[in-house]
Amino acid sequence: MSKKPVQFTLNGDSKAVFVEDGQNLLDVLRRGVGDLSPKYGCGQGTCGACTVLIDGEPHLSCLTLAETVEGRSLNSTGGLAQGADLHPLQDAFMRHFAAQCGFCSSGMLMAAKALLDRNPNPSRDEVVEAISGNICRCTGYEPIIEAILDAAQSGAGRRSA
Amino acid sequence: MSISVKTFASSAEAASALSGDRTARFMGGGTLIMRAVNEGDQSFSTVVLANDPALKQVQPQGDRLIIGAGVTMAQILASRDLDFLHPVARAVGGPAIRNMATIGGNLFAEPPYGDMTAALLVLDCQVMLAGGQSAALADFLRDRAREPRTLVASVSIVRPQSGVFKFRKASRVKPKGVSLMTVAAWVPQSGGRVSGARIAYSSMGPTPMRVPAVEQALEGVALDEAGIANALAAATSGIEPPTDAIASSWYRREVAPVHLKRTLLGG
Repeated sequence: MSKKPVQFTLNGDSKAVFVEDGQNLLDVLRRGVGDLSPKYGCGQGTCGACTVLIDGEPHLSCLTLAETVEGRSLNSTGGLAQGADLHPLQDAFMRHFAAQCGFCSSGMLMAAKALLDRNPNPSRDEVVEAISGNICRCTGYEPIIEAILDAAQSGAGRRSA
Repeated sequence: MSISVKTFASSAEAASALSGDRTARFMGGGTLIMRAVNEGDQSFSTVVLANDPALKQVQPQGDRLIIGAGVTMAQILASRDLDFLHPVARAVGGPAIRNMATIGGNLFAEPPYGDMTAALLVLDCQVMLAGGQSAALADFLRDRAREPRTLVASVSIVRPQSGVFKFRKASRVKPKGVSLMTVAAWVPQSGGRVSGARIAYSSMGPTPMRVPAVEQALEGVALDEAGIANALAAATSGIEPPTDAIASSWYRREVAPVHLKRTLLGG
């Protein structure tokens, strides 16, 4: 199996890795560069747990061929906090009990960040739409929606824009 | 089996590579092919990519629009020229899927996917292949299982007048779920009567399909409750809806007239 060199930025840091033919981006992030924040849920594009931002837009890393991110800018949940300071979205998720088992949280946070970066003051319907590709089996979604709306009010979108 | 990936600058080169390798498949946005790769699908061993900018273009051509096969659902939602397709693109997946899924890939999607293809069926879609040939979408869908290595370059559709094109996706999960049944309708009217209706379903058979019995029943009627009664009675005439994890064939038959009526009259 041949390997190809791929370079990209992840949360502002340059990364250079060799990827295997057919390897998906999630696998490269987790095993290749050691960012365990995106989760492997279904591998089929159904659950959204692997969501990362590519050039600011949400993508499913499990369905992204790793070599296609050459030269692009990636963001994952692993880059949200600044040291001990949580991102406002993470803080709101904590205060609203928006994480129970936590497996969906990484994808939810990135879907929410993509929304707030584009639309700092979303309506409730826009929040629901933004996380419509992300499945949570614990919370019933309400605490997540409330957390995102709260984070928007506290200026999360303006900070990350 | 390991996968090899070959990337080409033009769709013509990619099409040539596909035709010369029975184990090759073309990948657009990745939502179908990468899923198969992740599942360990053994039916192909080569993935072909094309970085052809033409695949991403939308061009008006008279009263029609040429949409590159690599145009994503997100691109459709960002295009004013394609505003009539916004409800359709919005019905496909969540935001992440819409940034990846392409209009060309939707032509190959198995049920319960393929909502966009149902819409294209009523928009008089011609499928333009990378080799220069073209085919009516219905013919393309009939042959797609036999021709998995086909590289679609673009689709050509007619631009509808206001109010002529209608679309509805019914699913069990809100706000987003896979389709229980999707209905697309093209219902031009002349003198208050429907003339030349086209109706298509997806998730009601192995591929999205036109529904001739409903189209015939709509011919010459007023688009109101009394006028469409015969069309509703014929909603599943000639169709054998599937039984799957979403719904039984019986259930789909029962609800088809309801969703057809809501598509045609609103509500």
